[in-house]
Amino acid sequence: MDLSVKKERRYHSKIHPHKFALWAGCASIVMLFAALTSAYIVRKAAGNWLEFKLPVQFFYNTIVIIGSSITLQASYYFFKKGNAQLYRSLLVVSFILGMVFLGMQYSGWLAMESIGVELAGNPSGSFVYVISGLHAAHLLGGIAAMIVALVHAFVLKYKVTNQRKLRFEMTLTYWHFMGILWIYLLLFFVLQ
Amino acid sequence: MSVVNYDEDVLIKEQGFDDHFHDHHHGDKYQSGFITKYIFSQDHKMIAKQFLITGMMWAIIGAGMSIIFRLQLGFPEDSLAWLKPLLGKWITVNDAGIGTLAPEFYYALVTMHGTILVFFVLTAGLSGTFSNLLIPLQVGARDMASPLLNMLSYWFFFTAGIIMFCSLFLSTGPFAGGWTAYPPLSALPQASDGSGAGMTMWVASLVLFVVSVLLGGINYITTVLNLRTKGMTMWRMPLTIWAFLITAILGLLSFPVLVSALFLVMFDRGLGTSFFLSEIFIGGEALNHVGGSPVLYQHLFWFLGHPEVYIIILPAMGLTSEVLSVHARKPIFGYKAMVFSILAIAFLSFIVWAHHMFMSGVNPFISNFFVIFTLIIAVPSAVKVFNWIATLYGGNIRFVSAMLFAIGFVSLFISGGLTGIFLGNAAIDIQMHDTYFVVAHFHIVMGIAAFFGMFAGIYHWFPKMYGRFMNETLGRIHFWGTMIGAYAIFWPMHYLGMAGVPRRYYRFDNFDTFSHFGQMNQFITIAAIIVFFLQILFVVNFFVSIWKGKRVATKNPWGATTLEWTTPIDGIHGNWPGNIPAVHRWAYDYGKDGVEFIPQIVPLTEKEKENAEDLH
Ligand code: HEM
Ligand SMILES: [Cu+2]
Repeated sequence: MDLSVKKERRYHSKIHPHKFALWAGCASIVMLFAALTSAYIVRKAAGNWLEFKLPVQFFYNTIVIIGSSITLQASYYFFKKGNAQLYRSLLVVSFILGMVFLGMQYSGWLAMESIGVELAGNPSGSFVYVISGLHAAHLLGGIAAMIVALVHAFVLKYKVTNQRKLRFEMTLTYWHFMGILWIYLLLFFVLQ
Repeated sequence: MSVVNYDEDVLIKEQGFDDHFHDHHHGDKYQSGFITKYIFSQDHKMIAKQFLITGMMWAIIGAGMSIIFRLQLGFPEDSLAWLKPLLGKWITVNDAGIGTLAPEFYYALVTMHGTILVFFVLTAGLSGTFSNLLIPLQVGARDMASPLLNMLSYWFFFTAGIIMFCSLFLSTGPFAGGWTAYPPLSALPQASDGSGAGMTMWVASLVLFVVSVLLGGINYITTVLNLRTKGMTMWRMPLTIWAFLITAILGLLSFPVLVSALFLVMFDRGLGTSFFLSEIFIGGEALNHVGGSPVLYQHLFWFLGHPEVYIIILPAMGLTSEVLSVHARKPIFGYKAMVFSILAIAFLSFIVWAHHMFMSGVNPFISNFFVIFTLIIAVPSAVKVFNWIATLYGGNIRFVSAMLFAIGFVSLFISGGLTGIFLGNAAIDIQMHDTYFVVAHFHIVMGIAAFFGMFAGIYHWFPKMYGRFMNETLGRIHFWGTMIGAYAIFWPMHYLGMAGVPRRYYRFDNFDTFSHFGQMNQFITIAAIIVFFLQILFVVNFFVSIWKGKRVATKNPWGATTLEWTTPIDGIHGNWPGNIPAVHRWAYDYGKDGVEFIPQIVPLTEKEKENAEDLH
């Protein structure tokens, strides 16, 4: 039994402690990418920097990940509204979009390789591989959360409980965060 | 002085806050079997003990290493053959029976000593122990926000330790490139013996360690911000809690940056990238790596590294503030100033990192910027020191071991902080950088001072942890010996440093310029050995007292005001048997209106209420 699940257990908190903890975790992920992107800037300023075009997959993928955020949000909406059918199917759609994103990132890396921008080449390329790769690795966490959500959706009997709402909201928050992070990274690569 | 009469049980029952905790049967899950109670415990008090005892083990290992390399520095001519059974092939014995320490292993020892002490002992052992023990108890929570993540935090730390420990036994030795792991020694597996498997295990260990710090830190922050009891406003929190909170925030924001640096190192090592490597020749052969920048690594490392030193010292400051106030029987002087200076130090700690890099070829104009902010840190530091001394001034001081160590902390922080001001000037640092002056600076201000804060905390809260006292006489011997011994070790190093003696050298006796320091080095080594044995005395006192110490007779043996002293002597799961206590006042009502101390759970008197209204 968790010590903090029930509302009356907490005195000072407006937000559920687990959600707060998730935000704190996101802050540390922000710092990870802030460090890498600043390293990118510092390294670029030092010269000997290969310019190349980002693979188109990265741009299409932005639409995919935004789409998945929308479908997940909608799934949550129908979950609360009591429409089990739409809730389940939209969840599946979000999951598929998430997997598509990962697949397209991979094909983006292959595309970079095919134009001669290799991982072990000039740091300008290495940075793109590493940063987008780490983003994908963090996205896997979101995929795992969605798998849990899918299991709940299809195995458990449909019921709106506080516990399940909380879990869904946390998955949702993390997924949106991953989407925003990707948009930031892409803008960063494009503008830099 | 009069005393206020109160009965915790009645107060908590009448005023407390019913969270329906005891309506359900969940205590058993935590405490039933041996394994769930002592090993995979989710109870914050047990996890605190796990962090503490693991930290102590590491401290003994880390300090033992320093004794070995101090022997080498103090007595470079003498035989170390007697260490062969322990160190094996790292000691070579010649025909005359003289044993010498392998130079590569000397570096490995220095590296491991730094890594172990900085990360495993003074980060995990210090803030892991006391954040876990005190946050729920002092803010009035049943446990951490997520006991499960809290348990995982310990086990990640434990696993990180196991990996580091195994690396000691590699045939090529553990990593030997310094605790800061600068490339190329860290980024090129072929750069030195320890750069191979040793470095791989070092990175693996540290990444797990960071996971531990993050899991712990997220929990600490969430618990402090969300699970405080009724009446426990932020401005009523003891300074310990403020310190742990800010420490956790610093860790959360800076450790990921270290991870990013380590990731890039791993790519350079394993996948041929060139983030930190450029134009390197090994054995006359040019490597493929082109275009990397080792200075970039230093930026990333010190962006963590500098906040890290405050991650180590802030908890010690919090513990010291609390102990000083309790045993001086006086409110802490300038409570709000203390909080604001913690905040200022924390903020500034993020914009001074390049003071570690004045000599790494950073632009001198950029150095100026860092000099200014570095020197500004002296201001909030001085505020804290002033307030500690003012707290002591005119106090009714009880010179118990905890108090002695807290006062010792203040002394050490002053001595070590002053040398920081020298180093913070880029021009002076040209002479001082990478000398024993730096070694003296950071050992006094961080190493010894943080240990003193930790000792103060252990002696003070031991009754809370084990329901017994530690032996007071041994505690005082421990204090005086360590205090004098620590200065004897590190004070002379300032002179070595000013004379230009570089750090991390294997021996000095064959340099003309430095050979006359032979006796000073011997003196330091002998002092270090004595201090080492005094710590063993402490460890013995600790473990014997767990079973044989004097039993605590009342819930609040020190006459303190904070909530942890309202819990049963033998801790229970959920901390309070009935309601959670409600808080009516700040943590420092000592000597108020002629009353010796008033606990936080005691409601305001009519007179106090009137006075409070006058203020508005
Ligand atoms: C007034 C405050 C302080 C100032 C101005 C200051 C300044 C400096 C400077 C400039 C250096 C770099 C010296 C060099 O490598 O040439 C340094 C090193 C160091 N300082 Fe401080 N410091 C201060 C307080 C502290 C505190 C409070 C701690 C820890 C709790 C600390 C821990 C360290 C450590 C660990 C190093 C050396 C790291 C290494 O190279 O291995 N310092 N300090
Ligand atoms: Cu620093």
